[in-house]
Amino acid sequence: MSKDYLDQLEDEAIYILRETAAQFERPVLLFSGGKDSIVLIYLALKAFRPGRFPFPLMHVDTGHNFPEAIAFRDYLVDQVGEKLIVASVEDAMQKYNLKETPGRFPSRNALQTYALLDAIEKNEFDACIGGARRDEEKARAKERIFSVRDDFGQWDPKLQRPELWNILNGKIHKGQNVRVFPISNWTELDVWNYIKKHNIELPNLYFSHERECIEFNDKLVATSAFIQPKEGEKVIKAQVRYRTVGDMTCTAAVPSTSSTLDEIIEDIIYTKISERGQTRLDDQVSEAAMEDRKKQGYF
Amino acid sequence: MNTLKFITSGNVDDGKSTLIGRLLYDSDSIHTDQLGVLKKQTKVEGVDIDLSLITDGLRAEREQGITIDVAYKYFSTKKRKFIIADAPGHEQYTRNMITGASTVDLIILLIDARTGITTQTKRHSNIASLMGIKNAIVAVNKIDLVNYSEDRYNEIINEFQSLLPNLNFTTINYLPISAFIGDNVVSKSDKTPWYQGPPILELLENAEINEPIDQPLRFQVQYVIRPKEDTLHDYRGFAGRILSGTISVNDAVIVGPQKISTTVIKIEQNRVEVNTATVGDNVILHIADDVDLSRGDHFSKVEDVQPLETKEVNAMISWFDDNPILLNKTYLVQHQHKTVRAKIAEIGRKWDINNWTFEETTDIKLNDIAQIKLRLNNALFIDNFEENASNGKAILIDENTYNTVGALLFKNEN
Repeated sequence: MSKDYLDQLEDEAIYILRETAAQFERPVLLFSGGKDSIVLIYLALKAFRPGRFPFPLMHVDTGHNFPEAIAFRDYLVDQVGEKLIVASVEDAMQKYNLKETPGRFPSRNALQTYALLDAIEKNEFDACIGGARRDEEKARAKERIFSVRDDFGQWDPKLQRPELWNILNGKIHKGQNVRVFPISNWTELDVWNYIKKHNIELPNLYFSHERECIEFNDKLVATSAFIQPKEGEKVIKAQVRYRTVGDMTCTAAVPSTSSTLDEIIEDIIYTKISERGQTRLDDQVSEAAMEDRKKQGYF
Repeated sequence: MNTLKFITSGNVDDGKSTLIGRLLYDSDSIHTDQLGVLKKQTKVEGVDIDLSLITDGLRAEREQGITIDVAYKYFSTKKRKFIIADAPGHEQYTRNMITGASTVDLIILLIDARTGITTQTKRHSNIASLMGIKNAIVAVNKIDLVNYSEDRYNEIINEFQSLLPNLNFTTINYLPISAFIGDNVVSKSDKTPWYQGPPILELLENAEINEPIDQPLRFQVQYVIRPKEDTLHDYRGFAGRILSGTISVNDAVIVGPQKISTTVIKIEQNRVEVNTATVGDNVILHIADDVDLSRGDHFSKVEDVQPLETKEVNAMISWFDDNPILLNKTYLVQHQHKTVRAKIAEIGRKWDINNWTFEETTDIKLNDIAQIKLRLNNALFIDNFEENASNGKAILIDENTYNTVGALLFKNEN
């Protein structure tokens, strides 16, 4: 008799979290407020309670977040009673004189790397746990569970350590750090099914709600302090939900009336377009965009 | 619904990427925006989408037209979740194949119907067997290019069966396919009426993977949970994942390098107390006596066959590093959660991975597989890989670079 696949995925993730706690001096869990990192926190509770988390949580704050996501972040941190560090992308932009991508939908996605690397150096983090999944994107399909980065945070796809069985080699030299991906083998659908199975609370952004949007390249973008309609541009009130929660400036909403987990899961099964393709305004510039960003230290 | 992890062996020429692409495409696992990119990239005349591009992840690989690394791909049907380890097939990437093979339960051996059994087929079968994969599907691909000939198919199968005495597969299924056209991939082809069995997807959906039962308990402390809060002052739990066997409350156990006898008094799993836990479960164990245990210390049951306690280990090693192995150099052996220092005491015979024969050697280079003897600074509590794979394996780490330089399969004389 073998286990249900969601239990198998959970077992693997808890194992990886404990392995991280055991092998590293100063790990940190990167928390974005999105569903994948919310699942990570749920898994960490299973891995370490009744003890405290052996790591703080860290949010790399772009300054372009949905207020709902920030509110949920603070609510969840309060609920679990663990320590939160906020690394500010705006501070890094000032410090290093950085500019976001020009245009109407400015992206600070690539700039997160600066804030992240600064925070790693300042706090001497040697392992950063993240919610990235191999199914998200081609460059991620080859990512290791323990992915070694140099002190520039760089990832060299040709020089990855072989990962045998479930034996994880986290030995690193001073200055190096490791990115840890406990839910590598989960797909988007697995994450939703797991959320449903364990009734995990999510920000309401993920469920259908009414929102003022403009239409751009067939995508719905919410109006906000950052995105204002141009003169003569039509603002529509649409029933939408978010499939990923990124920056308000470059995350598209999905027209949807799905207000329950069951309906959302149904949506995802029948959706023919990928998570990133449907919701990211900044990922399609080049087919190797992710590979390039990762080489530069992006998560 | 459970998970099946499998690896497909073969090269671009054997249609390996095409088969994976076909499984993903026909099971609706490719999203439309990804398809758009693939259409743009497809350079083959008269073909809408080159399915083999689906698995071709990194730009460095696209430039060279080969799969360098192990890539993981996912798809599901109503019956099962599948994880494909896609590893390159050439001999110079044997280490990648070993890596891919270490995480799977089943191998698809692809054979080109025109060329038949090649050195590569033998190598892949041998490696899969060495790594303890028990289930195999032998798929004779490009059957369309031999006019769906039953005779040619039988000829290839017969030749494959002559290799079996060396191999350790317990379940083998054979079938003819054309990954390019889709014959016998997702649905049964009417071009091969002489083949009575199901298509490959159905074989994958129904493949039975049985965890070995009746194994002795093997457990290592992965992480000690010791909360600092006053209310939990006396709490001390030994967290870890059960490598094999089962454990129950009140079991008499032997723990740690001092082999102290004690009793399991509480088992926690996923934040609740349970009476029994089994292989694969993440548990927190509590014992009756105050024993100072740390990461890597083992638990065994008094009633079970005990693991072998030894400072001298014989093993098959698969060597991954560009530099050859060095006699008398100190390496690190990571046996699950226990890491000890080790010297290579002896280099034995090298395994000819193409022919399953052994030859004398004095050195071990990249992609070699050979017998070695290691001397350890501290004892490990191990099993032989063939008897208990979960406690019979380790990785070798270079003490200087910290790279993973070898995979060890323990093989001690009893």
